[in-house]
Amino acid sequence: MSTVTATATGKQQVRLRSEREKRFYEWLGKLPAYLIVIALVIAWTVPTLGLFVSSFRPAFAIQTSGWWTALFEAFDAEWTLANYIQVIDADRMGLAFYNSLMITIPATVIPITIAAFAGYALAWMDFPGRTVIFVLVVGLMVVPLQMSLIPILRIYTDAGLTGTYLGMWLAHTGFGLPLATYLLYGYISSIPKEITESAHADGATPMMSFTRLILPLSVPAIASFAIFQFLWVWNDLLVALVFLGTASRNVIVTTRLAELVGSRGQAWHVLTAGGFVSIVVPLIVFFSLQRFFVRGMMAGSVKG
Amino acid sequence: MIEQVRNSRLAEIFAWTPLRIGVSLVVPVVTFLVLNWSFQFMRAAAAPRAVIAVVALVVGVGGVWALFLAMNQLVSQFPIRARDTLLPYVFVGPALVVLMVYIILPAVRTVSLSFMGRRGEEFIGLGNYVFALTDPGMIITLRNTGLWLLLVPAVAVTFGLLIAVIADRMSEFWERIAKSFIFMPMAISFVGASIIWRFIYFYQPAGFEQIGLLNAIWTYFGGDPIGWLTWRPWNNLFLIWIMIWMQTGFAMVILSAAVKGVPSALLDAARIDGAGEIRVFFNVIIPYVSGTILTVTTTILILVLKIFDVVFVMTSGQYQTGVVAFRMYQEAFIFRHFGRGSALATILFLAVLPIMIRNMKEMRARR
Repeated sequence: MSTVTATATGKQQVRLRSEREKRFYEWLGKLPAYLIVIALVIAWTVPTLGLFVSSFRPAFAIQTSGWWTALFEAFDAEWTLANYIQVIDADRMGLAFYNSLMITIPATVIPITIAAFAGYALAWMDFPGRTVIFVLVVGLMVVPLQMSLIPILRIYTDAGLTGTYLGMWLAHTGFGLPLATYLLYGYISSIPKEITESAHADGATPMMSFTRLILPLSVPAIASFAIFQFLWVWNDLLVALVFLGTASRNVIVTTRLAELVGSRGQAWHVLTAGGFVSIVVPLIVFFSLQRFFVRGMMAGSVKG
Repeated sequence: MIEQVRNSRLAEIFAWTPLRIGVSLVVPVVTFLVLNWSFQFMRAAAAPRAVIAVVALVVGVGGVWALFLAMNQLVSQFPIRARDTLLPYVFVGPALVVLMVYIILPAVRTVSLSFMGRRGEEFIGLGNYVFALTDPGMIITLRNTGLWLLLVPAVAVTFGLLIAVIADRMSEFWERIAKSFIFMPMAISFVGASIIWRFIYFYQPAGFEQIGLLNAIWTYFGGDPIGWLTWRPWNNLFLIWIMIWMQTGFAMVILSAAVKGVPSALLDAARIDGAGEIRVFFNVIIPYVSGTILTVTTTILILVLKIFDVVFVMTSGQYQTGVVAFRMYQEAFIFRHFGRGSALATILFLAVLPIMIRNMKEMRARR
């Protein structure tokens, strides 16, 4: 980059004898800045690394020596999968993982479906109340979900929906819907109108042009929101604590993990392995779908 | 083509009116019955788990589609004029119902409950709000919340901007790597993050091997081990740091996009005029991205306001670390005081109300 040498004074530039020397000074000028970033990257990564390394160490070793000592003698240290076997089986993390999946997948698909239909209607159908509904959706995006918990819990208790998959799907649908509708509306309304108009001229019903044209064209927006909602539901603790509870067959990874902290707060071999089980899905999503992920996070950060 | 032929044959059959009405009634009813039956089925614990899994996924994913298609089917039987009037509401209706049931009506109910007593039966006026603003425990809670609201956005945005600007000068490869690692905590749950940091902050009395990283470093330099999470009021800072750790990546990604948008002509002009890199940063880059800084700050503020999980897992609100959203959960679902819980939720809502109104006005103007 030429900009860095521009900061060096003219005299110094004259003294530069070769391209190589010049490049060295460029590099030296950038060094402090690079060191800051490297220090931050290390500081940001080490905590997760500690969890990961510890989860493969025997319980006794974790309690008696720091996890970093095992790194320095990686070939002599003892490594084990016993923590994972224990946490998945005896500590019911396996069941929790299964329940998390059963809740998260429909709780991602349902709001997307409802929001896509609504986004289509708001974008391209003309009906009274359209603007009001849209402005309402925008406003509801930032309403804290704490505003819904108590009344919904009362309804759920009467209707027998507490502790059910269905109750969780619908709750997450409700809380995710304003954002989903807003995002999908934004995307759908940017699709050129000619596309559906010509389909309409060929005799397509609104339902046909929605399923055959709009949905396939909206895949990028749907993917971004899907990743955001999937992680949001997977990582949620509050909604699960209130509506699902911690009865043994209802546990999901977050509630189970929080419970383990309460009951076995010093058992680091269990907590580190359990912690890693809970973050492995988000990490896979993060590293494999990073571009969609970043877009979804950016778009979804305003959720209520 | 085939599609059209099939449709026209179907249309002929459906032209027979009694059948038409019959079908239009039967389709939604059958859909509803099947869904209802499957929910009953899932509630019965006897079925093998694999079967429940398949049914749950089919019902969860397919059920909502079935409802839309059935309603569309129903409306399509009407004369064309009626169909065109009703169809938008078929498309937008379910969303409206869900928003009504899960957000709007509960919000109204929560506000009214906030003026009621413990069980939500008798009217007590502003009592819950008086509690929320004057109770000694609540005053500490409010102080902590203020600390969170101040520190998390300020530090996360500062770090985020710093990394965004510096990484912008790195080669594309290293920029991507650096940003990935800083951004990664965004993917992790608050619960997972809390476990990670509980381990870092772990305390053993002096004389024992320190297995928590922070105390290991601290004692290595000669300090006595400290119980970071019980050391009030500073323990709040250690909880706040977890949130900073998670949010810096978010601030960085958004600000990075803005920093890349600063015209290079502007930067070069400043440098030719003799501005050093630090002056360029403060006098050119920051003013240029100030709008984005405001957006990121607002977004993080809204998130911090609702922070619950970190406090729940790290300290359960003990050692004077409570925040409003945590106290809301505690009052409502541990102490079962619905009045106080509702008042605390309403306070959170009032805090975001100005942002909500501003967003709605902006959207209205844009339409």
